Amino acid sequence: MASPPPPLSQSSVPFYRDVRVLRVLVQIAFVALVLLVGWFLWNNVVRGMARIGGAFSFAFLENAASFALSETSLPYDPATDSYLYAFFIGVLNTLRVVIVGIILATLLGLVAGIARLSSNWLIAKIAQVYVEIFRNTPLLIQLFFWYFVGILKLPRVRDSIEIPGGIYLSNRGLAVPWFTPNETFTAWLVIAGAGILAAFGVYKLLGRVEKPFIYEWRGGWAFLVWLAIALAAAVALQPFTPSVPEIRGFNFGGGVTLSPEYAALLLGLVVYTGAFIAEIVRAGIQAVPRGMVEAARALGLSYIQTLRLVVIPLALRVIIPPLTNQYLNLSKNSSLAIAVGYADLFYVSNTIFNQTGQTLQVILMIMVAYLIISLIISTAMNGLNARFKLVER
Amino acid sequence: MKHYPIVLIAVVALVAFGVGACAGATVSTPTTSAQATAVPPPTTAPQPTAVTQPTTAPQPTAAPTQVAQATAAPTAAAGGPTAPPPTSVAAVAAGRLKTVLDRGNLICGINGQLAGFSVLESDGSYSGIDAEFCRALAGALFNDVSKVEYRPLTTQNRFAALQSGEVDVLMRNTTFTTNRDTAVGLDFLPTTFFDGGGILVEKSLNATKLSDLAGATICVLAGTTNEQVLTDTFNSQNIQFTPLTFPEANALYKALDEGRCDAATSDKSQLAGQRASVLKNPDDWVIMEETLSKEPLSPAVLQNDAQWADVVRWVVYATWYAEELGITKANVDDQLANGSTNAKRFLGGTGSLGKDMGLSPDAFYRVIKLVGNYGEIFDKTLGPNTKFKVPRGLNTPYTQGGLQYSPPFR
Repeated sequence: MASPPPPLSQSSVPFYRDVRVLRVLVQIAFVALVLLVGWFLWNNVVRGMARIGGAFSFAFLENAASFALSETSLPYDPATDSYLYAFFIGVLNTLRVVIVGIILATLLGLVAGIARLSSNWLIAKIAQVYVEIFRNTPLLIQLFFWYFVGILKLPRVRDSIEIPGGIYLSNRGLAVPWFTPNETFTAWLVIAGAGILAAFGVYKLLGRVEKPFIYEWRGGWAFLVWLAIALAAAVALQPFTPSVPEIRGFNFGGGVTLSPEYAALLLGLVVYTGAFIAEIVRAGIQAVPRGMVEAARALGLSYIQTLRLVVIPLALRVIIPPLTNQYLNLSKNSSLAIAVGYADLFYVSNTIFNQTGQTLQVILMIMVAYLIISLIISTAMNGLNARFKLVER
Repeated sequence: MKHYPIVLIAVVALVAFGVGACAGATVSTPTTSAQATAVPPPTTAPQPTAVTQPTTAPQPTAAPTQVAQATAAPTAAAGGPTAPPPTSVAAVAAGRLKTVLDRGNLICGINGQLAGFSVLESDGSYSGIDAEFCRALAGALFNDVSKVEYRPLTTQNRFAALQSGEVDVLMRNTTFTTNRDTAVGLDFLPTTFFDGGGILVEKSLNATKLSDLAGATICVLAGTTNEQVLTDTFNSQNIQFTPLTFPEANALYKALDEGRCDAATSDKSQLAGQRASVLKNPDDWVIMEETLSKEPLSPAVLQNDAQWADVVRWVVYATWYAEELGITKANVDDQLANGSTNAKRFLGGTGSLGKDMGLSPDAFYRVIKLVGNYGEIFDKTLGPNTKFKVPRGLNTPYTQGGLQYSPPFR
């Protein structure tokens, strides 16, 4: 075998000892096995469905949903809208909690993670206690705690706590003043959009100015430009009417109300996931060699500059992969919403398969929906990771 | 990234396998281990003394030997866990009936959280009208009301539990609807309780009609007919409301008590049960007069098993028929010995009604002897002498203007 192999045509090696042939055969065998298992499963499903007198069909999704939902991000009329649309509303509600949850959990985790490394004993210990308590108790218990012990124990609507500025807090949620759009709203939206472009131009322009005060804060300046444009347009066009919450009948009318269910779920997810992220952030920062920090300081970088230009880019390499896991966990844990009555994807689906009896189809839909959400998160995070990973030259 | 298609296939395949396995309903020995911990030991259920000593029953003149034999056989066998099926059972038993008889106990899907229907008592037994019907079935099948394994189910997993064969019968205050009969794949049996949807509100709100509830937040259990009825009723009358749905009753009534919602909707008897047992100040709450819907609460079994459905059907009828004939727990022995022809045939003194069904000839005698007729069951669980004080309403024999019309036992 030490000599170079002869050409294939002259080979005397039988095919069952030929590595190239064997590789192909193994792959064929594997594919056959997968297909066999797949066929068995499918057959099992079909026979099982036939036995209980059903057929594998998604036609039921077109029927009118006929159940109301407590929270909808889009207009929803149970009398006419289909099960599929109700499912979609559920997906939107899930996204509403997942997106806000990821942002807030990251902020909380960042603060708590840095606090754990603080030289201030009290701050470090508070952060440690927070992390240990919330990381080590089940999320479902925490949700029940926030909802039944925390939020539902707030005063009833009529005895709402009034916070100056027209804000009311009760066990029906947090009602805050809001704006309702006028007919000039679209025009304002266009101007504000143009403002973003203008701000971007300013940002680019300031990037060439070499005065540190202008260069380093060019983001802030650009934002101020956009704010000025948007405000000027708002004053000129009056696109909003302010709407103040007040008790109308049984509930608050006017303003916007953050529902207790949403609040409990969001709070639970953020506090729980934040504790994990805090540990990830701490590990990431501690993974940056001290010498790097000291070298940066020796070069004359300020503390903030050291953090921004040296520590965080290096720490992010360590942080991003486990952070992706936490984001995925958060999105999947949001399915616990049902325990506190928040109308998320799983909650809506539950009602659908209860009413229609098409459990298998709906469960498949749920899984595909979560799979898509998770794949989007993980693709985005992988992209981010690719930007920050060590580029070897 | 290139692994994603494989992951997707694997996930879908896993689900398909799991659900497919569940949907294959004729598993002969359903796994009891998973939920066994939630089930109290059946031995704590009270044992009527008259059954364990069948010889104490007065000896009827007409057909004493047949009855005595039939009762004695399962009683003797009841001692050991590996008891063979009663010898008197007709050999034709198949499907679910055979499964149940071979297993030696009945797995009954119940609510478990609803006082008056089925709720866990401090001694580990279940009380309530649904639990009584589980026991009536076990009495007919095994001559032993303790041979029931109660499986508490939520509104959401109840049908899946039946579809997958986890439970033999669903006695879980379940409304009989077309959709559930067809699309969900169940068969419903005679209604054990004719109920109606109602609304529970605080007295201080002074709400007497639905429009008084405009703008209110209304709590409702997920996966119930009440959820749809609420939407339909309020929408058709153009009354604004916000639904708040919970997966289980404890959470719902806690939220109601805390003032998270203004009212709760459910079946009226259920509201009465929860008011009496869960709410902090039951006297502060009132069930509105208005009835939103028909809620015939019926036992259900899996579709396409006529023999098993017959057993459950006629056990329910038996409780009605006994009341119609005036047969009670107390006088059943006397009726068997000296009653009318109808009574004797019904109780197995003559004829072969029980045997033709695949059961012991005295199956209905056992039901009445061990559990009682419908009136007795009702009075014990929901009636005026209980804390729920549910009116009998439509749940009276047709002779008294009710809906309970049992076909003749002949």
